[in-house]
Order: sequence, then C-alpha cells, then structure tokens
Amino acid sequence: MSAARSVKLLYFAWLRERVGVAEEDLALPATVATVADLLVWLPQRSPGHAAAFATTATVRCAVNQDFATPDTALSAGDEIAFFPPVTGG
Amino acid sequence: MATIRVQTADFSIGAEYAVLLAGRTDIGGLASFIGTVRDSAKGRPITAMTLEHYPGMTEAAMTRIAAEAARRWDLLGITLIHRVGTLHPGDNIVLVLAACAHRQAALDATGFLIDWLKTKAPFWKKETFVDGTESWVEARADDEQAADRWA
Repeated sequence: MSAARSVKLLYFAWLRERVGVAEEDLALPATVATVADLLVWLPQRSPGHAAAFATTATVRCAVNQDFATPDTALSAGDEIAFFPPVTGG
Repeated sequence: MATIRVQTADFSIGAEYAVLLAGRTDIGGLASFIGTVRDSAKGRPITAMTLEHYPGMTEAAMTRIAAEAARRWDLLGITLIHRVGTLHPGDNIVLVLAACAHRQAALDATGFLIDWLKTKAPFWKKETFVDGTESWVEARADDEQAADRWA
C-alpha cells in the first residue's frame, strides 16, 4: 500500500524502565492505524515491550504532545509517548 | 501574564512573590500553594524523591492549565514552577501563585491550578526508601476527584 510511516516513540517512568530505552524510531506496519493498534503491535517487539504493555489500563498516551485516546489516528512523523497516569504536584 | 517554569533548582516564594507584585497596585489578593517532599510514603520512611517529566509537553500542559484558569477567573498574575530531578524530604516541589483583585478568586484559582497540575501535567514521581528500594508513585483516585470538582 503506502510507504512505511516512520514515527518517534517516547517512554516515561516505569514504561521506560521496562522497555529499556527512553525513545526509539520505528516504522509502523500497515496494520497499525491508531493508538489502540499500536498497543497490540508493540508488545510483540521484545520481552521488555511485552512487560511494559502487559497492563494497558495504567498506560496513557500522547500524540504530538497532546493527550490521545485509543482511537487517535497515527501519521508519519508523529511523536508518540507512552507513560503511566501522571503524579506531579 | 503567566510565569511557567520547570527546573531542577529550588525556588523562593519570596522572590516569586516580589516578581509577580512588582509595580502592581491593582492586586488585592495573592494566594499561594507550595508542595514539598514528605518524609514517608504509606508509612515507610523515604530518603529521596525523583521527578521525571516530558520536556515540551509539560510546559505546553502547564500553559494550557494557566490559560484555563485565566478564562475562569479575572487573574492579574499566575506563577507555576515545578521542580524535576532528585529531591529530598523537606525540599520544595511545586509553587502556585494566583493574583486577583479579590481574595476568593485568588484562593479558588490556586486550588484549581494545583488540582489540574497534579492530574493533567506529565510529571512522574519515584520514591526511594531507606533500604534502597524504589517505587513509582501511583496516581490517586482522590486526586482525580479533586480535579473533577472543577469540571
């Protein structure tokens, strides 16, 4: 279909620790159109990814630095961040 | 109008108060909140707290929160300063200042700003206990409820 879509993934807090890297550049497969699709595909990448995304109820996502939802669509060049519920203040 | 900073360095409420009020005589009420590092978590003593953030998105989120406060109240000044890095019991974490013509708006805006900062800005806390173990702080349902009362 179309060319591979390159995106930047960022991980924070315990997601970063479990994945093992703070960020990575990836090409999204054609099957990944939304955040929900990405959450199905990412755990297959490594045991670290599988551990990080084992319980997605406590995983939040931002796309291009704005809070996203499972149905948020992904495009080439997106900055996609995964992190736990925030605990500042 | 808003002063928004994420920094590793400490802040001085006196210095920030002076900056916000400099040359102003229209302000009738200035309310403040300071969050500090408690020396225990769930009954266990801690030795350190490490704060992580999402550079870029954090500042954008803080700017949106300040703008929402300015939309809801007639604010004459806002200061939001949040520290990151490794902190210790007694250290300052966060400063919120809200200045208005009258006290109620200043007090309400301060409560709003800290409630939304805790639930809508990407910061994460990790606690280090006396035995060296570490644990990420979990989000609290009552923080969400506190934020929701401003919905």
